[in-house]
Amino acid sequence: MANVVKLVNGLNLNLAGVASPKVERTIVSDTIAIVPDDFHGIVPKVVVKPGDAVKVGSVVMYDKTHPQVQFVSPVSGEVVAVERGERRKVLKIVINNNGKDDAVTFDKASTAVEVKQLLLQSGMWAYIKQRPYDVIADPDVEPRDIFVTAFDNAPLAPTLAYESLAGQDAQAFAKGVEALGMLTAGKVYVGVDSEDVTLSTSAEQVVFKGNFPSCNAGIQAHHIAPVNKGETIWTLNALDVVLIGRLLMNGRIDMMRTVAVTGSEVQSPAYVRTLPGTPMSEILKGNLIASSAARRVISGNVLTGVNVSIDGFLGAYHSQVTVIPEGNDTHEFLGWALPGVKALTTSRTFLSRWLPSRSAKPDARLHGGERAIIMSEEYDRVFPMDILPEFLIKAVIAFDIDRMEQLGIYEVAPEDFAACEFVDTSKLPLQEIIRKGLDALRKEMN
Amino acid sequence: MKALRKFLDKIKPNFEPGGKFAPLQSVFEGFESFLFVPATTSRSGVHIHDTIDSKRTMTVVIIALIPALLFGMYNVGYQHYLAIGQLAATSFWTVFLYGLLAVLPKIVVAYVVGLGIEFIVAQMRHHEIQEGFLVSGMLIPMIVPIDTPLWMIAVATAFAVIFAKEVFGGTGMNIFNVALITRAFLFFAYPSKMSGDNVFVRTTDTFGLGGGTVVDGFSGATPLGQVATHVGDKLTLTNIVGEPLTTMDYFIGLIPGSIGETSTLAILIGAVILLATGIASWRIMASVFAGGLLTAWVCTLVDPSIYAAALLSPIDQVCLGGFAFAAVFMATDPVTAARTKVGKYIYGFLIGVMAIIIRVFNTGYPEGAMLAVLFMNAFAPLIDHYVVEANISRRLKRAKKA
Repeated sequence: MANVVKLVNGLNLNLAGVASPKVERTIVSDTIAIVPDDFHGIVPKVVVKPGDAVKVGSVVMYDKTHPQVQFVSPVSGEVVAVERGERRKVLKIVINNNGKDDAVTFDKASTAVEVKQLLLQSGMWAYIKQRPYDVIADPDVEPRDIFVTAFDNAPLAPTLAYESLAGQDAQAFAKGVEALGMLTAGKVYVGVDSEDVTLSTSAEQVVFKGNFPSCNAGIQAHHIAPVNKGETIWTLNALDVVLIGRLLMNGRIDMMRTVAVTGSEVQSPAYVRTLPGTPMSEILKGNLIASSAARRVISGNVLTGVNVSIDGFLGAYHSQVTVIPEGNDTHEFLGWALPGVKALTTSRTFLSRWLPSRSAKPDARLHGGERAIIMSEEYDRVFPMDILPEFLIKAVIAFDIDRMEQLGIYEVAPEDFAACEFVDTSKLPLQEIIRKGLDALRKEMN
Repeated sequence: MKALRKFLDKIKPNFEPGGKFAPLQSVFEGFESFLFVPATTSRSGVHIHDTIDSKRTMTVVIIALIPALLFGMYNVGYQHYLAIGQLAATSFWTVFLYGLLAVLPKIVVAYVVGLGIEFIVAQMRHHEIQEGFLVSGMLIPMIVPIDTPLWMIAVATAFAVIFAKEVFGGTGMNIFNVALITRAFLFFAYPSKMSGDNVFVRTTDTFGLGGGTVVDGFSGATPLGQVATHVGDKLTLTNIVGEPLTTMDYFIGLIPGSIGETSTLAILIGAVILLATGIASWRIMASVFAGGLLTAWVCTLVDPSIYAAALLSPIDQVCLGGFAFAAVFMATDPVTAARTKVGKYIYGFLIGVMAIIIRVFNTGYPEGAMLAVLFMNAFAPLIDHYVVEANISRRLKRAKKA
């Protein structure tokens, strides 16, 4: 059974603001928001209008390209606003939570067809992502295999949340995995980070040893059964599989999740339980270090998360909030020549790499200007796949589709390049390059 | 520093489009980012970035060059005073000062010309000034003979920066190493000033310092120059006043040669800096030496009456001439080298092989290390191509199997 994959390449950052392993409180906000941008690649069609009453599980919007894919409200109450921006793009749907927790009840599902139907109706489909393109799975395509990632080793990761997979959420997780198994002719794989973790599921468990990004589904799939051209796999986070399991067990949705509140700007980093779409101002209320300098509020972690600002909301897929200083008024004199005792870096040109590791408090600065790719093999050090990242990036920039296919574009997601983007001396926006490349490719291919 | 920051913020608007000095925007930004790390924060993707940037990278390379440069300056003085027979009577600092005065104008010329072009091009293209030339500008004076006229360095630098770098798109886009193109340009355009017995030792005074006449029996031939003209089967290399040299002398480097190239010891100190900081690729460096030593050993088996260099031991071969300098500072230029792991071994090894082959079998060129690097620059993309194709075919094979 011991199916172990050891990965040498990766990134291990020691940041200040690790969440202490206890759930401090449960936050039930009066308003929550559904942000269509959280669900990359859909064309949202809103079906509610201000004043409409909604229940937990009521449909609020669907994807125009795949109308079966629906998105639901996590709370019961009343829609107060549908905010639109330029060209009437839906920015967010704001719902007033009446706290009654009235829920839509869904029918029990026992066959593959019923399970699929249930996931689509209940909004749980949104948690199923596919490769290629790293978007919400196309319901018309059956996946070859399904990959569930059951750990996170990004900076300040919410490890406590994953511990519940073997604890209070074990049953729901097993149920969710079982349901997923019905949707593929292939296998369901669960990636964990230690042989000691035993998750009682019907899935095949694979142990991944190594630093970030070994927790990414793309890396895991690459080492178990990589995606070839024409194949589709599904990828899910185990914490989202739990939500699917709860639905199957109780006949209603329950999106409550354990969220780590982390980062050097947080007074007492710890965990809270809350719903996606909860305002950041509520999650962070009274828990920020007093400071007049600008700070960056990130839904997710510092490498793959989204800068949502204090006015933003917890993203649909995130189990972590990180707050770091923005740093836009820090002007370091002759910084390129300083010994760098406190520098957060993987480069041995700074003294900090020769000293014992200390937790760093990085800000959001780039620390340099954008350049052409000068250094070689820099990405490879933090990219644990048999893919040549630099050559793939160059193919994507040139948008040479043949070359992108040959070099493995179907296997990757932007998050797989997060570590590369961190170490990049040339400060190129690699995740953005890959995201745009995947979107353009998807358009071209469909 | 706050006052300086305030001052910069105050004059900044003048350099923005529409301002009084708008045509100097790139120059201003260049100096501003030199003084203060830009406070730009990430707008997409990762929220934190590694503290390293290309300025830091280039700075480390320059620091690594300093031992060889300082030694080179001293050696210029040393060879001069040896030639005029006043070495014993001259203090260390005077010897060094002579070398400093001889070398400094070359550094200044290379930087002024190269950076001048860089500034103009950056402004024309509206991008930031890039740091690449900071290293090239230091390398150029170090790989030329001391008696190269300044105007030649200016012409060659301008040619190299424009035609080997800017036309390809600037730092990071060039195919050939800029410093080596400068050297190659000089070598083929002004051969009489770049090789032979009269350019590697300065016999005249520098800014009035160190006047005198050369001693009897003086010969300015470099060790490799002597090898190239040697006939017979017993080889004894000598210094410029006819005393025999040993392997230790080649290693320490008090021998005639291009300014920065003579001391293998000083170059190895630079190599340690580059490898310890992880800036240069140990794969390339090690495989250049491996290729060189192996080929030099094979060459000891050929007939020395035709190829005199066969009489040199492999250790002598890598200590003499520009071999070590090319291996440590030229071959490892990441932009022009092979960029894949496997490719780097092949690239480096072939540089070592080529350098020794040119040296031994082409008696027209006493030294081949720099040409070997330039030659392999052209082949680096081909080497990478095959490594990338291997990766692609692995992926295709996997798809077929599935």
